[in-house]
Amino acid sequence: MLAYTFKRLIQGVITVWFIATATFFAMHAVPGDPLANERATTEAIRKNLEARYGLDRPVTEQYVLFLGNMMRGDFGISFTQENRRVNDIIRESFPVSATLGILAVAFAAFGGVVWGALTAIYRNRLPDLVITFLVILGISVPGFVVAALGQLALVDINAWLGFSLLPIAGWGSIRHMIVPSMVLGLGTMAYLTRLMRSSMLEITNSDFIRTARAKGLPPTRIFLKHQLRNAILPVITVLGPSIAAITTGGFVVELVFAIPGLGRSFVQSVQQLDYTVIMGTTVFYGAFLVFMVIVVDLLYGLIDPRVRLE
Amino acid sequence: MSRAAVRQLVWLGLAGTGIFIALMVALSWAATITGGGTTAGRAFDLDTKSITIFLDDEPPQLDSRRTSDTISGMVLGHIMEGLLRYDARNQVVPGVAERWEIRPTGATFWLRNTARWSDGKPVTAHDFVFAWRTVVDPATASDYAFILYYVKNGEAINSSKMPPDQLGVRAISDSVLEVDFERPAAFFDKLVTFPTYFPIRQDFQASRGVRYAADAQDLLFNGPFVMTRWAHGANIRLEKNQEYWNRDAIRLNAIDIPYITSDTPTLVNLFKDGSLVWARLGPEQFEEAMKLRWNVARYGDGSIWYVDFNFRPERPTRNLNLRRALQLVTDPNEIVNRVIAIPGYKPLNSLFPAWLPGLNGLFRQEYPPPAITLSIDEARKHLEMAKKELGVDQIPPLVLLSDDTILANKEAEYFQSLYKRTLNLDIRIDKQIFKQRIAKHNAGDFDMVLAGWGPDYADPLTFGDLYASFNGNNRSLYNNPAYDAQVRIAQNSTDQSARMDAFAEMQRIMIEDAVHLPTHERGRVFVQAPQLKGVVHRAIGTEPDFTDAYLVEAP
Amino acid sequence: MSTPAHLTPADFAPAVMERHVHAISRPSLSYWQDAVRRLRANWRAMTSLGVVIGLCIFAVAGPWIWQVDPAAQDVDQISQGPSLPATALIVEPGTAWAGVTKEPTASGDVVANLRLAEPATTQTVRLTWEPVVGATGYVVYRSIYDPAPDRALGLPLGDSLGANRVSYEDRLDLKPQRYWYSVVVLDANGAEQQAYETFSVDVVRAASIEEAQARGWTTQDAALTVGTQLTLPFHPLGTDYLGRDMLARLIYGARVSLFIGVVAPILFVLIGIVYGSIAGFVGGRLDQVLMRFAEFVIALPFLLFMILFKIAFGIGPGESGVIPMLVALVILDWPPTARLVRGQILQIRQEGYVSASQLLGAKTGYLVFRHMIPNTLGVILVTLTFAVPSAIFTEAFLSFIGMGVAPPTPSWGSMANDGIRTMLSHPHELIFPAVLISIAVLAFNLLGDGLRDALDVRMRGRE
Repeated sequence: MLAYTFKRLIQGVITVWFIATATFFAMHAVPGDPLANERATTEAIRKNLEARYGLDRPVTEQYVLFLGNMMRGDFGISFTQENRRVNDIIRESFPVSATLGILAVAFAAFGGVVWGALTAIYRNRLPDLVITFLVILGISVPGFVVAALGQLALVDINAWLGFSLLPIAGWGSIRHMIVPSMVLGLGTMAYLTRLMRSSMLEITNSDFIRTARAKGLPPTRIFLKHQLRNAILPVITVLGPSIAAITTGGFVVELVFAIPGLGRSFVQSVQQLDYTVIMGTTVFYGAFLVFMVIVVDLLYGLIDPRVRLE
Repeated sequence: MSRAAVRQLVWLGLAGTGIFIALMVALSWAATITGGGTTAGRAFDLDTKSITIFLDDEPPQLDSRRTSDTISGMVLGHIMEGLLRYDARNQVVPGVAERWEIRPTGATFWLRNTARWSDGKPVTAHDFVFAWRTVVDPATASDYAFILYYVKNGEAINSSKMPPDQLGVRAISDSVLEVDFERPAAFFDKLVTFPTYFPIRQDFQASRGVRYAADAQDLLFNGPFVMTRWAHGANIRLEKNQEYWNRDAIRLNAIDIPYITSDTPTLVNLFKDGSLVWARLGPEQFEEAMKLRWNVARYGDGSIWYVDFNFRPERPTRNLNLRRALQLVTDPNEIVNRVIAIPGYKPLNSLFPAWLPGLNGLFRQEYPPPAITLSIDEARKHLEMAKKELGVDQIPPLVLLSDDTILANKEAEYFQSLYKRTLNLDIRIDKQIFKQRIAKHNAGDFDMVLAGWGPDYADPLTFGDLYASFNGNNRSLYNNPAYDAQVRIAQNSTDQSARMDAFAEMQRIMIEDAVHLPTHERGRVFVQAPQLKGVVHRAIGTEPDFTDAYLVEAP
Repeated sequence: MSTPAHLTPADFAPAVMERHVHAISRPSLSYWQDAVRRLRANWRAMTSLGVVIGLCIFAVAGPWIWQVDPAAQDVDQISQGPSLPATALIVEPGTAWAGVTKEPTASGDVVANLRLAEPATTQTVRLTWEPVVGATGYVVYRSIYDPAPDRALGLPLGDSLGANRVSYEDRLDLKPQRYWYSVVVLDANGAEQQAYETFSVDVVRAASIEEAQARGWTTQDAALTVGTQLTLPFHPLGTDYLGRDMLARLIYGARVSLFIGVVAPILFVLIGIVYGSIAGFVGGRLDQVLMRFAEFVIALPFLLFMILFKIAFGIGPGESGVIPMLVALVILDWPPTARLVRGQILQIRQEGYVSASQLLGAKTGYLVFRHMIPNTLGVILVTLTFAVPSAIFTEAFLSFIGMGVAPPTPSWGSMANDGIRTMLSHPHELIFPAVLISIAVLAFNLLGDGLRDALDVRMRGRE
């Protein structure tokens, strides 16, 4: 187990290095000038800026420098927020995104497992059809609409109650977290619901369930110990990358609910061609993703004894 | 089987909810440790005299010497003060300087001795000298250094041809600042209201080094407010500056900024919920605003928007007849009234927007632009001539470069359809994200481009020099000696009426040479709590300006 | 130890080969035949199949039935909801209006006699009023509700500076409906007075002959006379933000959206299946390398690489990049499926029937295609159906930043994205594309469910 974890971590570092390298060269291959702005500046200023960000050196040399800095955990200074370090940006906004992401994934996972199992039990009967219909509606409507409608409903609820039950937007307390995390988790929940339903159905017909039933195990035990435990595996497979994707991909929700998360920095950095922030967020995100995948794989081994960690 | 399973699921669901809540509590506790944000208050509080507002985005740069955007400008306008400032009626009034004198060759400012930094030390002329020298120092790499080129040797220093201490600014004493001009600057009083001209105290800046202006504690204030909290991207709080020389005139105690978003539906929802004291409205909220019987107001943000042509040799848009043909079918009225359809936007028929001051009143009223009589038939004649001159049967598809904003998108599609219908011209829309649009614009990789320009100071020259061949911002590479000559007059003359005549001549050349196709002046529509008074929205300077704002009981 | 009495040595003789012990009296059903039979019996799946075919017909044959140009703009009918065809009055071509100036004689804090200078049409509403001594100007407001009693004046349209300039021309987005116009006096300090004068105007839709032709309401040669009513083109589903016919745009939009929405998911899911099964089945070092590569692809910044692909494919401005977008989507989107399939394969590999099959000498290919893939089908189909809307919206997002289809080509995703902004004021611009996307996704989902059930080996002969 320990050796396996160690091996995976080593592999993870190599994966992150590949991600960093590919992104670095892709970024430099994309046309556009990170230093250009609406207002033209003098040659002297341009030279100074290039020197400040090391853009005056050949790309390969910049790459070597970048790698060296990355080893030390330093991503440099942002191009757009010129007196802030990328590390500070990540350090300040990642906890917010992570909070939102973890809650969203928790919401999605529990909701998905429960709804999915329900639809499987009531297969092709009314509850199944209703939930399936809602799920389809949920994924066919863009996230922006869900976020906006969620917020609108909140305004009306607050107005109806005559006091602020939950804040409309912003960040800071538990009350701020509830609606955005649910909105953010909705899409994943819909997906997990369907995934759970499907894998439940497969499990229900398998031999070991039949055996369990035949040997007279109480239905509760069969359901929890055999069906659910087995059916949940694909959900867990999806969960790892989902946590990472939701944590950094909450751009829309962050915008609508005015949440100071990393998603905004991530999207804006590409639009603004903010080299250092692109690299910082991508490497950080890559490392986070790889880490989550490792965690999920370890979990996998714990939940399903058949999957040997080798 | 199924009933037992459902019961199990209900328990599981309950357990899930429990874990969800536990997670939330744990995470919010963790968030208070890392310092995420704080709970926001109501829109306004009459007792504590505080208001809650929003910002479109995180202010990217609060070092006044290097700032270049309106959001940072808004924050800086509240926490810093220059020699002079704009009042509620957009007149230049004393700031740190209590009186001043502008001569053709230079200017003198007498600083008030009551001006203080937020740590209680006096603001001196040396603080201005230090700030200005570092602005033009190429090592600072300030985007807005050009605005100090009116000060002697500014441009030479900025181009590394001279050391920064050669800048034509001296502290005669702690309270007298003397400026030498590179060329006459009749509007220098307006220039010094600009953030780039704000003072910075050398010892404080040195104590912070590269971290200067990175956080609230890395800033020293001399404006009406001080920044007491700056959680990046999340939360800013401004409080009344007890050291400010005019503190008795400041009636707000605190300005809370817990929302950083530009999403208008969110802002309107927050306003409706009583969490924001004002909100910008998008066109989609007009109906609701009327239904809710809000007091809606509008202002122009001063910027002009237009279609620029490419004058590089190989481009068909270099041909005057082609440009004329396009000009004769482009109706700014239709664009503003039908396509944009937002009050506050104004059709633009000139290089100069309607709000610019002229000799005594408004420039555009004193010097109306030559009228263009739209005519499809005339346009087609010019198009035929253009084809002949270019030696082609059909004009090749024209590339229209545009930003990926909603409005630019709408306009580009409108132009595409308009020119196809009227002139049978094919327009290819080249939509690009911001930095690539700039890069393509700089490189001349376009035939036409949807562009805009915001003013830096309230003088027609802020727009007029845009098409001078020697201006780095002239990305279309328009080159007309007659136009350049007028720009030189406007730059160097101190005779206001001669300058205005020069601007009128520029205006005429721009239209007759069809140098660009002006479309609109941008407007903004907003709603504000009736209890809040004295907020200033303006084209130039701090916007919105809460310096003179105050709260009253509901009317 | 005694020998059991009932066994005789004859019992240990080899059995005689017997053929046709259990003769199958009915024609045998192969796996696929059975699947088709069960699919046919599933009414939900069959309806969905009908819907999918219907959507394809809508996209392909639609333009012949509804012959309206999806790019034709009618700036007089912007964002109009679904309605019966409207009519417009043909009027003389509009002329510029110099406005009215009149020296003030009366003083006060409110204007008098606010009135129309000319009949109000959707072309222009020209207002005039009596001047006020001491005014520095007048501000004109417009609302769709009566401003009384709480002074809700509505939108500030503009101002008319100078005491003697007593007119305002409103051309802003005029619709054929009732408006309340209000005028407020600006005092010597430029401050708005509390008092206001208001009156209501019923605006009539009107256009000149030239405009009617330019908007495409009539053909160039059709005779039109001033003063007659002209019936406007019918927009059964309304128009969008530039006055383009929604139905025509939905028809043309179906092509791009269905193509991207169906082809891209099928391709990347296929890649994912192959990749995932290899990784899961072979296992060991290869599995590790393959999975690390999948993680690598997931972590790449999507937007950046999309831009890069566009450049690599050499898509110029205004050129449609559907195929490059498809390729890019496939290249970037396969890893989640691959991970999922691999996980499933790892699990199934341990199942008894696989071991049995292996013991019986089944070849790898047989194992994978006969046992593993069919057993992961459920999960694969879920992924596939969820990839449909996500591909449709990714296309819309990419088109918005100039990387997908070139304007004015519509797509459902971009129509829905455009409609989001006006969701509350003009809901039809969001609802119609969103409903079509939902119908398509629902149909694919139910069809997918049906397929899953039909292909499920363990359900043979049931339902």
